[in-house]
Amino acid sequence: MLQLTRTDWLTLVVMLALLILPPVFLWTGNEFYLLLATRLVILAIAAVSLNLVLGYGGLVSFGHAAYIGIGAYAVGIPVYHETYGGFEAVAGYGAGIHILLAVVISAIFALFTGAISLRTKGVYFIMITMAFGMMAYYFFLSIDEYGGDDGLVIDIRSEIPPLNLDNPLQLFMIAYVSLVIAMIVVKTIVNSRFGMVLQGAKGNNERMVTMGYNTYFYKLTAYVISGAMCGYAGALLGNFTTFVSPDMMGWSRSGELMFMVILGGATTAIGPVMGAAGFILLEEFLSSYTIFWHLPFGLILIAVVLFARGGLVGLIKGKGK
Amino acid sequence: MAALLEITSLRKSFGGVTATDDVNLKVEKGELHAIIGPNGAGKTTLISQLSGALRPDSGSIVFQGENITNRPAYSRARLGITRSFQITSLIMSMTVLDNVALAIQARDKHSFRFLKPARDIEYLREEGRELLAQFGLDGRADEPTVALSHGEHRQIEIAVALASKAELMLLDEPMAGLGPTESTTMIEFLKDLKGKRTILLIEHDMDAVFALADRISVLVYGHIIATGTPDEIRSNDDVRHAYLGEE
Ligand SMILES: Nc1ncnc2c1ncn2[C@@H]1O[C@H](COP(=O)(O)OP(=O)(O)O)[C@@H](O)[C@H]1O
Ligand SMILES: [Mg+2]
Repeated sequence: MLQLTRTDWLTLVVMLALLILPPVFLWTGNEFYLLLATRLVILAIAAVSLNLVLGYGGLVSFGHAAYIGIGAYAVGIPVYHETYGGFEAVAGYGAGIHILLAVVISAIFALFTGAISLRTKGVYFIMITMAFGMMAYYFFLSIDEYGGDDGLVIDIRSEIPPLNLDNPLQLFMIAYVSLVIAMIVVKTIVNSRFGMVLQGAKGNNERMVTMGYNTYFYKLTAYVISGAMCGYAGALLGNFTTFVSPDMMGWSRSGELMFMVILGGATTAIGPVMGAAGFILLEEFLSSYTIFWHLPFGLILIAVVLFARGGLVGLIKGKGK
Repeated sequence: MAALLEITSLRKSFGGVTATDDVNLKVEKGELHAIIGPNGAGKTTLISQLSGALRPDSGSIVFQGENITNRPAYSRARLGITRSFQITSLIMSMTVLDNVALAIQARDKHSFRFLKPARDIEYLREEGRELLAQFGLDGRADEPTVALSHGEHRQIEIAVALASKAELMLLDEPMAGLGPTESTTMIEFLKDLKGKRTILLIEHDMDAVFALADRISVLVYGHIIATGTPDEIRSNDDVRHAYLGEE
């Protein structure tokens, strides 16, 4: 018999609401909320990817916004060259090439930076991942052809016939389906033998090594998968905002992703989604009241992290299973 | 025949403290070799160098004819060396069965398997439950490890070491912190295990050591001052003087 736990129910309810509400907003003339939901879902994909390493691997990466930027530039740069010439090898409007570039370059970046970062632990790991994130930030900042710190307008969205990303509802649906797939991918990995090793290494690395696991390679693999998925989210975000700039990959953006995971509740599938939702709704709500919204926002985040262990998921499902 | 484990001129110091001072030791296949010595003698440090958690400053460790002095810990485990920890070292956030199942899973070539749920893999769960049953812990298999008592943790520690099916077991004070009945159970268990695996046992409980060991080495200030059968050790003047105390 299929038995649903409280977390399963929560997942179902949240995912259904996320599927049904945005189109209803569109049809009732509130397109703004559809757009808000699209941004939310895209950032949720990034948070779900980050959760694979942060929640299940215990690896506090403070540089994950870099992958969002890489993914968005993987759309912006080919579109730029297809429109204005040059760099034939990547130029193009096709979604296939954009996504391929986003995922592959993110994976490679994760492989190199992860290989080095994972040699350190604790606060050093946080610092070094942040440093690599800033390295990516300054890299794009320094390329004048792509607008430097002004960023690059993406004139044309990725082409993926018969779909059309200029249609906000279609873009939302693609993001939503991507999110569901991302959640299933992470859940499957986490429950697999690989995932058990990853979680074991989080709980007690020395014990896992003594058992015979070279945990370094397991963590690195998870890091690469996470980075690649996050890069995919970046390609979606580029298509959503039709603009990319180094600002998307700054350390504060990385911090926001971390907050989403922790706010929602790490080590659940729905946690990062709820964290992204909580984050974006709160930001929207508070910023409409006062321009000094950062302070109450920060205080609320800190309160949740301190007092609601297990984040929003833990808060809602309470003590039960 | 060459010994299963051969330690030659092993040295290790921490700053000014020489924790391992020219240790030479041979452990024969199948024997239960005990190491005794006062607190701070360097017993745990020695085990850690054998398991790969610590690198010696000099000297060599040969296991099954292969020099493993510079091998990383995970690779020694794969060659057939396992250890238990003096201070319980389990994955507290996981269930008891998950801990043992991970140790069983570690025998596979690799665990880069991403699709099938690990908890649905029969052989891991079955064998894990059987192992736990040997300690009467099968009823608690699905509880979070952190919820069990100290005595139970000590037993799981041994179950995890056993699960690897390693030829050489390095057991660092398995009886540490156990009450009298729990200790008796553990001694009975080790008696049972004796002969099936090669065991290097560190233990404080002299009665247990003299009852269990085929041979005993006495470690004082990082140096082995005597190795012999329990009878030889009991009658060794140096040992009586340095460690067992004049009676
Ligand atoms: N990581 C370490 N750093 C510094 N000194 C250590 C370390 N580990 C052990 N020592 C020292 O080495 C000596 C041997 O310790 P240990 O091997 O734990 O002894 P035993 O297990 O026989 O009680 C002690 O003096 C201890 O303080
Ligand atoms: Mg010790």
